[in-house]
Amino acid sequence: MMHHPLIGTPQDRVDGRAKVTGAARYVADFETGAEVLHAHVLNSAIATGRIRRIDTSRALAVPGVVEVFTHENRPRTAWFSSAYKDDVGPPGKPLRPLYDASIAYSGEPVALVVAESYETARYAANLIEVEYEAKPHETDLLKQLPNSYVPKKRRSGINPPPRPKGSAASALENAPVKHVARYLIAAEHHNPMETHATTVIREADGKLLIHDKIQGAYATKHYVCSVFGLSEDAVRVVSPFIGGAFGSGLRPHYQLFLAVMAAMALERSVKLVLTRDQQFTIAHRPETWNEIALGAKPDGTLSAIRHKAVGSTSRYEDYQEAVVNWTNLLYSAPDVELEYELVQLDIETPSDMRAPGAPLGAFAAESAMDELAEKLGVDPLALRLHNDTQIDEVMNKYHTSKELRAACQLGAERFGWRHRPLAPRSMRQGRELIGWGLAFGAWEAQMQKHAARVMLDAEGHCTVGVATADLGTGTYTILAQIAAEALGLSMNKVTVLLGDSALPQAPVSGGSWTAASAGSAVHDACARLKAELLLAAQTRNDSPLVGAKLEEVMFDRERIVLMRDPMRAVSLQAAFAAGGRPRIVADGQAGPDQLTQLRYSSHTHSAVFVEARVDEELGQVRVTRVVSAVAAGRILNPKTARSQVVGGVVWGIGMALHEEAMPDHNLGRWMNHNIAEYHIPVHADIHEIDVIFAEEKDLLTSPLGVKGLGEIGIVGTAAAVANAVWHATGRRVRELPMTIDKVLGLTPARTEAR
Amino acid sequence: MPDDLSPRGPETVALSLTVNGTSHSLHIPVWTTLLDLLREGLGLTGSKKGCDHGQCGACTVILDGKRVNSCLVLAASRDGSEVRTVEGLASPDGALHPLQEAFIKHDAFQCGYCTPGQLCSGVALLEEGHTRTEEEIREWMSGNLCRCGAYPNILAAILEVARKEGRA
Repeated sequence: MMHHPLIGTPQDRVDGRAKVTGAARYVADFETGAEVLHAHVLNSAIATGRIRRIDTSRALAVPGVVEVFTHENRPRTAWFSSAYKDDVGPPGKPLRPLYDASIAYSGEPVALVVAESYETARYAANLIEVEYEAKPHETDLLKQLPNSYVPKKRRSGINPPPRPKGSAASALENAPVKHVARYLIAAEHHNPMETHATTVIREADGKLLIHDKIQGAYATKHYVCSVFGLSEDAVRVVSPFIGGAFGSGLRPHYQLFLAVMAAMALERSVKLVLTRDQQFTIAHRPETWNEIALGAKPDGTLSAIRHKAVGSTSRYEDYQEAVVNWTNLLYSAPDVELEYELVQLDIETPSDMRAPGAPLGAFAAESAMDELAEKLGVDPLALRLHNDTQIDEVMNKYHTSKELRAACQLGAERFGWRHRPLAPRSMRQGRELIGWGLAFGAWEAQMQKHAARVMLDAEGHCTVGVATADLGTGTYTILAQIAAEALGLSMNKVTVLLGDSALPQAPVSGGSWTAASAGSAVHDACARLKAELLLAAQTRNDSPLVGAKLEEVMFDRERIVLMRDPMRAVSLQAAFAAGGRPRIVADGQAGPDQLTQLRYSSHTHSAVFVEARVDEELGQVRVTRVVSAVAAGRILNPKTARSQVVGGVVWGIGMALHEEAMPDHNLGRWMNHNIAEYHIPVHADIHEIDVIFAEEKDLLTSPLGVKGLGEIGIVGTAAAVANAVWHATGRRVRELPMTIDKVLGLTPARTEAR
Repeated sequence: MPDDLSPRGPETVALSLTVNGTSHSLHIPVWTTLLDLLREGLGLTGSKKGCDHGQCGACTVILDGKRVNSCLVLAASRDGSEVRTVEGLASPDGALHPLQEAFIKHDAFQCGYCTPGQLCSGVALLEEGHTRTEEEIREWMSGNLCRCGAYPNILAAILEVARKEGRA
């Protein structure tokens, strides 16, 4: 008799039916009808300065308006900025909405209208008169490059660049082959399809039930309790479905503060949904400048790497991410200098956005490797493999596993890389030039401390609870698979509960750590539950399992079976009857293993192969074929895993060709704050995307052997598109996105203009 | 300052609307969009607001047989109309529409927020006969954005149903 495996098999999403019937409830779907008040935010029209006068009288006169909050009548909240710190924020002083008359960026909230209907609140907000005293602002990263600085306080969880190794300067001077260039990536906005929103339900006893767009319920709960001085039991956060977040929901945003403030002050339930315009005032991927220098021997062996990146941040927080470390993680060199600095601008604090930092550094490094290959006259894949390393030279540790070479081989074969002509402009079909490019990518495989609870009853109904969120990543489904397989149940007997602060504590879902961490916690809870259930099954002296140890039995088809003699088995029902309890509840834990972390470094890796077709006259680029070959440990569910990587690839194509938050430096604000003018890929932009998972056994990374897949799909993709565009056209574009003007060579490079 | 805005509420208007086979007689403020009426007035929250400007397609519903961005439709202008939303795609007995089944099978969504709009667009597209080739589907579905990047899977789902129904 074989145990029926679920882990590793393609499974439909368990929340699929809810999502295709409209039954899945997102933040704004809670509490409709007349009981709830609707709130609308008015945002600052200036980038920096102060409010001289704010007149809300005309807004208050609109029938149906309940209250207008400004800094002048804001209810008292926490005094110190430290109370506004969230679970993952960077060093600095977090935004305190409506705190005083000062303005830190264009789009900072200056007033909140609360009314009986959404339309009324929105209309009344237009009637508020604000007089500003504007001060000079600065929003231009390139202009401020001379003022870049190393952040004084490092951000928790982000590794700063390591100390220099050897002397990159002299090694570069002596290198027979050299490549030096600058690369720039535009600021991007997350733009999840669901805008940020909070629905606060004020219950009869004054307690708050909060539905918030957040990547983990506890992040919202901690923030609200801290800012408003509420006790833990006065706040419950329930967000079962999140309409995408991609990092924008890691930190609580101003709509949470404002909605809770209004609900408490007015003693009513309040719903606050940001508009798409306002979505551009809360978080973004920072515009990032890179300068990279590679030195090599004539045989292609790298002798030196110098990679410096400067990212933008706000005036009030030092947002940091890992941009440059990846270059030396992927490629070995004796002399290495990596630097990462910040420039302060009058903008909102940037935020983690899908694979924060990695695709920015990878765009620079992987474009530079291609340019070096061109100078050496070698195949860019061969150059990469020649300099590949099995050691993490940044942290000076061995990898827990690294099957990048295997992934690369599978990907190259599927793509047909060996048929690629070395010279650019070698392939053409009709009016389109065809180019093939590739890039490598890497992302951290992490474990975060998670708790989980699993409950099983005599009918075999199992409930799994973890407080973290499913952002569309498939967490509901993989946790159901893990529990069902561990307990020998079919998938439809398992109910997974997520996104509720009443469930065992878990951090925000991000950094690709949720599958490994939440999955391991559920696995641990199931192991404990099985031990208890076996004990229950052995209560009676005549139990067929008498004397059996946990490792000697398996849980299969709602029975506990002795492996060496499958005829000896106890059904779940009999076990529960014998134990005398209607249900068994078990708590599990998972977290990073510190000894492993000391010794090893753990990453996912990928090799991305891209075919781009470029209309020679119009400069229009189409990415017609992508093969993303990924080594990411054990794959729990090939169906949702593939979707994760496909999504990352789509993001990479967007970064390469479309996405650009355009600042107006005169006004100090984003100009294209809507999704007609901030372009993201649409159906017509996306063609064939093939995903391959290389086999990778790795029990050091996590107990389940899982590494995580949320980020790796995007990392190398933009660079691979740029390399394919070069191969098609012979033109190297070093600034993203590669819009038509750049592909046609009509726009001078901004990094060279100064 | 905008002088033409005055602090007064809107007029209300009578409206009858059939939504997923159920007729409603309503009195609504004239400024109410079809999307806000469905969501806040009738509690049909399946249709989603992604931009409120007709740029994302998350609010797509089938209005008198045609797919529209319901955020751009003033409800008052469609007296006597028939609306089909994501909640009305499955049969009353709960059996899913073939496209809903295909979406699940092909994993044609991740977060699920754009899904009601993708489904309504896809269902109308099949009925309009714009599903003959992959390129045609991509082009005609391009008003429905999916930030999770499920496009290849949405295409596969629509194509499968189109082939089964002899529309591809």
